[in-house]
Amino acid sequence: MINALLWLPLAVGFVGFFLPKRLVGWWATAGAVATLVIGVIMAFGFDNGAAGLQDTVNTTWISGLGVNYSLGIDGLNLFLILLTALLWVGGIAFAAFREQERPQLFFFLMLAAETSTLGSFLSQDLLLFVLFFDLMLVPFYFLFGMWGKDRSAEGGPTAPQATLKMMIYTLIGSLLMLVGAIATAIISADGGHLTFSIQAISEQGLPLGSQRWIFWFFAAAFLVKMPAFFVHGWMPDAYRAAPLPVLVVFSGVLAKVGAYGFLRVVLPLFPEAVSQFQTIILLVALASILYGSVMAFTQTNVRLIAGYSSVAQLGFITAGIFALRADGSDGAILQMVNHGLVVAPLFIIVAILVERTGTEDLRSMGGMAMRAPVLAVLFLVVALATLAMPGSANFIGEFYILNGLFQSKIVFACIAISGVAMSAYYALRLYQGTMHNRKPDGVASREISLRDGVILAPLVLCILALALYPQLILHRADPSVQKSVAAVTGESSSPSSSEEEVAVNK
Amino acid sequence: MAGEGFNAPHVDYAGISPVIALTVGLVVILMSGVFGPTKRWAPGLTVLTLGATAGLLLWHWNDNISLVAGALRVDNLAIAISLISIAAAFFTVLLSNRERAADEAGHGEYYALLIGSVLGMVLLAESENLVTFFVALETLSIPLYILCATNLRREGSLESGLKYLIVGSLGSATLLYGMAFIYGGTGATDFAGIAHGIEAKGLVSDPLILIGIALASVGLAFKTSIAPFHQWTPDVYQGAPTPITSFMAVATKAAAFAVFVRFFVVALGPETGDWQTGLAILAAISIVVGNVGALGQDSLKRLLGYSGVAQAGYIMGGLVVASEKGISALVFYLATYLFMNLAAFAVIVARERETPFGDSIRAVRGLGAERPSLAWPLTISMLALAGLPATAGFIGKLYLIEALVEGDFTWLAVFIAVGTMISLAYYLRVVAAMWMSPGESPAVVGTGATPVIAGASPEADPVDPNAGRRWYLVAPAVFAAAATVFFGVIPQPLVDFATHAGSSLF
Repeated sequence: MINALLWLPLAVGFVGFFLPKRLVGWWATAGAVATLVIGVIMAFGFDNGAAGLQDTVNTTWISGLGVNYSLGIDGLNLFLILLTALLWVGGIAFAAFREQERPQLFFFLMLAAETSTLGSFLSQDLLLFVLFFDLMLVPFYFLFGMWGKDRSAEGGPTAPQATLKMMIYTLIGSLLMLVGAIATAIISADGGHLTFSIQAISEQGLPLGSQRWIFWFFAAAFLVKMPAFFVHGWMPDAYRAAPLPVLVVFSGVLAKVGAYGFLRVVLPLFPEAVSQFQTIILLVALASILYGSVMAFTQTNVRLIAGYSSVAQLGFITAGIFALRADGSDGAILQMVNHGLVVAPLFIIVAILVERTGTEDLRSMGGMAMRAPVLAVLFLVVALATLAMPGSANFIGEFYILNGLFQSKIVFACIAISGVAMSAYYALRLYQGTMHNRKPDGVASREISLRDGVILAPLVLCILALALYPQLILHRADPSVQKSVAAVTGESSSPSSSEEEVAVNK
Repeated sequence: MAGEGFNAPHVDYAGISPVIALTVGLVVILMSGVFGPTKRWAPGLTVLTLGATAGLLLWHWNDNISLVAGALRVDNLAIAISLISIAAAFFTVLLSNRERAADEAGHGEYYALLIGSVLGMVLLAESENLVTFFVALETLSIPLYILCATNLRREGSLESGLKYLIVGSLGSATLLYGMAFIYGGTGATDFAGIAHGIEAKGLVSDPLILIGIALASVGLAFKTSIAPFHQWTPDVYQGAPTPITSFMAVATKAAAFAVFVRFFVVALGPETGDWQTGLAILAAISIVVGNVGALGQDSLKRLLGYSGVAQAGYIMGGLVVASEKGISALVFYLATYLFMNLAAFAVIVARERETPFGDSIRAVRGLGAERPSLAWPLTISMLALAGLPATAGFIGKLYLIEALVEGDFTWLAVFIAVGTMISLAYYLRVVAAMWMSPGESPAVVGTGATPVIAGASPEADPVDPNAGRRWYLVAPAVFAAAATVFFGVIPQPLVDFATHAGSSLF
């Protein structure tokens, strides 16, 4: 089952090469839907109370090098997998409704990207994780570069330049992570049996000296991927270049792989380094929140508003994880799913708006709500969820994160709250600027087409459903999160943070 | 005369049968020219000879025997490297089909020289005596000097041959000088005797031996194109006929590394502590110089030349640690290097004949739309050389890094990671040219005032518009690329092959 989930998209993509151009989009959509169905079936079979892995597969892949093909599902990745499968359906269906150049290749790359993303969520072997993490970039490189938008007329980079920048930025982190992963396995094996199993390594543990430098190799990879402030340089160019259907999945899911990596790998494997560097990462997270928010309400390109808002949101998620408390991390997982569910429809709406208005500049949009009330309503739901309106799941997520942060680092929590306020500003600015105001000439205010509505409505329904019942995620995630976080707090040896932890636990 | 003082050494004819097969093939091909034009069957005879030799080598797999009074040794390392060289020669024969250089040199001579060079490589991989070492090295080199210059009408080809001759001779002389010091110190020419001599005479870290080691390293660094002794590489690669370049890039490197390993690990084993750091520094310099040098190259052959310098630096990592795993990693990497490089060179040969752009990067612009059967192999080759996952290049790097970290050379592993990042910029440039830029119409550029690019002059190389469809060019490219992906996904067979080779020295 878990193998089918992982490899089905890739197989569907291969078959697509042999289909006529007209049918490929639908074939790919069907494949993505089938993947989602498998994911949902697996979610129904999921045992809620257990903290350990379920549906595992574990066979030797390269025996001489200690690498295993090891997959599994637990509370940390279950909903991220569902999110991945869901958003890919949205992205692929949205693309299938439109003419694509060289459709076979386009949909093959989209589906290959889905397989590699699912792979990085499912991997329970450190090296397999690194492999899929790096592999994700390859299809996106081609998707951005070949179908992307040339910005050289506006003084920006061409699509290949922008995507090369993204590749180099993100691979800087990932390649160091490869060295770090190998070093982790070798040091923890200490001359004994070499294994990359995340579970086995976390049981054996590493000396603090090694943890310190390996922590940064991993942190570099994950922070660039998110992107966090000061390593986000690739983001604006890549977001402006990317084709919008691709951006739906890219922004919705890929950023979360970084945050997920912290929970899956960094917290269990480098617990002492984590508590030592907690403050630094929290500072980075705060800087991301502030910088992302400020940028989001100064930008005029609608893509970049959404892009920078992601930087801020990912800052929140990181802060939640590095609160090093179970509620913070629970909130982080909920918020990862929320943000994916919010940002994907946001980009679909942006794509629709760009088609209607022919521009990406917020200043020359407006008045769309006049003739398109349904679109406006859908957008309003998304916008209110983005700003974490009480009653939305995002509110619960941010509440959990801030709650965790208050109890461990109150100063950081106070500053992070300002991010919540700012998110209200940029989300509403985006909504007003496009939907209200005076309608400029040349803007066609048309209702959302039925076909796009079919894609958008389910995503918005998911937002509403989670708003009503966030426990769906929180309950299932909590046992695994407790385990990950306990790895840090339970064994924490550095005096400064452990005292706080003890005080809080009492 | 031949009385009691002289005993002819016992010759194990079964053991040296591969060498005999090559020699016979060489003589037959050369002599057959006497009886008329050999154009038809010289390639066939060459393939036959190579096939027979490969068969005889495989017959000795897992043997470990000393031949001809300790001059040669047949073990898995020698066999593995010989097989890599023979495979490279086989590909070269295919690529040389209809190659102008082969015609001009007279078919018989061209192929005889190729076999002569392979003979040198097999001997070199087997040699465990300073005398056979040097003789084999020259047997390898001298035919290559000539082969480089066989494209008589191209200025670059003659220049390339001459340059290679001068630099190669300098390298040989330096190596010979180093050997003299080592012989002077230990009084032995066979590798085991040298090791024994160093220990028995207390010569560890003795200046005499150290000078010898330094000079021998420099000489071998010339042959393996390790920076800073690499300056000839890009020029010679660019000037030589492309099939010969592909042969040199893979086979020469493999054979030279084989003897590098055997000489340093077996003969200079007691000195390991002294040469490890030195070679590690050379490797690091090579990685930086090669990758930075490749950045601005417009000629694909020069680009691959510089990339070869960097790759030699990576491969050197396997020798630096002087462990079983290190040598296995080195053999593994050389085997994958065969596939990665040959896929690229086959495409370059096809495009050189097909377009008027020679080996300039312009020759592959728009290849993705025009000739997918060539574009995919080159894409896979570039991604594999860059070490991206799902290719053998990734597993190769993983293997090397694992060996380096285990051998306490983590800093060199980090260099490999950093070098790989730099390398992405130029490998992806080639990929971008193929998929993300429109093709250039040869008709427009072929007229009048075109600048001469990368050694190609239109009169000398008539364009064959169907070269990109010829089976003898497409099949090797597709096969090599398929092997690159296959061993990236199922690396176990190649890992076993490399482990057998690596363990034969320990």
